[in-house]
Amino acid sequence: MSAAGAPILEVMPPPEPAPTDVPPASAGPELDAESREWLRSLRAEGAVYHSAVGRLHALLLRAAHFEVSRRRPMLPHLRGNELDDIALEAADDALMSVLAHLDDFRGLSRFTTWVYKFALLEAAVKLRRRAWQGREVPLEPTGWDVFASGAAEPDAEAEQQELLGAVRRSIEEALTPHQRRVLVALVLNGVPIDVLAERLGTTRGALYKTLHDARRKLRQHLAEAGLSPGSPSQEER
Amino acid sequence: MTQEADPRQALARLLGPVEAEVSCEVCFEELDRYVDLELAGEDAEAVIPGLRAHLAGCPACGEEHESLLAFTACE
Repeated sequence: MSAAGAPILEVMPPPEPAPTDVPPASAGPELDAESREWLRSLRAEGAVYHSAVGRLHALLLRAAHFEVSRRRPMLPHLRGNELDDIALEAADDALMSVLAHLDDFRGLSRFTTWVYKFALLEAAVKLRRRAWQGREVPLEPTGWDVFASGAAEPDAEAEQQELLGAVRRSIEEALTPHQRRVLVALVLNGVPIDVLAERLGTTRGALYKTLHDARRKLRQHLAEAGLSPGSPSQEER
Repeated sequence: MTQEADPRQALARLLGPVEAEVSCEVCFEELDRYVDLELAGEDAEAVIPGLRAHLAGCPACGEEHESLLAFTACE
């Protein structure tokens, strides 16, 4: 589908089933035995509950350490004990989230996969923020050089430059100041969305909606100019 | 983004996915289900349409998907 022919893209839930329409686990698919046991023990009292919480925390901590290990090369200035502290804090926060949202588990995945995502999210967000701690968030373009390619053929290079010029004009002409700042910071300057959300006092979801709308406007503006570049999903998958 | 070598990919990333996509909130809600379907060899995109496009357009959600897939696969 070309950008010109694309329907208006809204950030919206998939048609079926809408997440809010999904029935609770008790009315949903049959849970696997391990997931059932997790739910039973986490809804118990006394020693059974405390033992389950301890095992759950250990799982979450393992997931958080996994995320820390993956991102460690991007945080060379942090010492091992600092990374351990971040993993522990992520596991603690994930445990609170899991216990608070236990009734939201729909049984559409294994319980362990469901809880891992909380720990991985907490660890990833903390590590992104830590990596940018004390750094100024650039809101003006600093990354146009990524569009320059000395390896391209002359005709392709000229075409690329023409397109780039049109994109830059579209960013100036078609976007609101807020859309421009968000697009530039997130996409051109590589500021992590969680970092920008924290600095602007908003949420990841709200910022992505702004980015989505800005991208849609850009594609429409370019299409009106007779240009319709491909999409990442078409080119990279 | 700033380390991107291919200008076509950089431009495509700037313009984002053309396909309809879910929000970050729906992505988080559905990510565990999506990953378990992937690990089971099923067509996760057919079950949860719009999530793959979102993962292509949102670097943070894309990274968290990669992590959850990798960690769950080795557990």
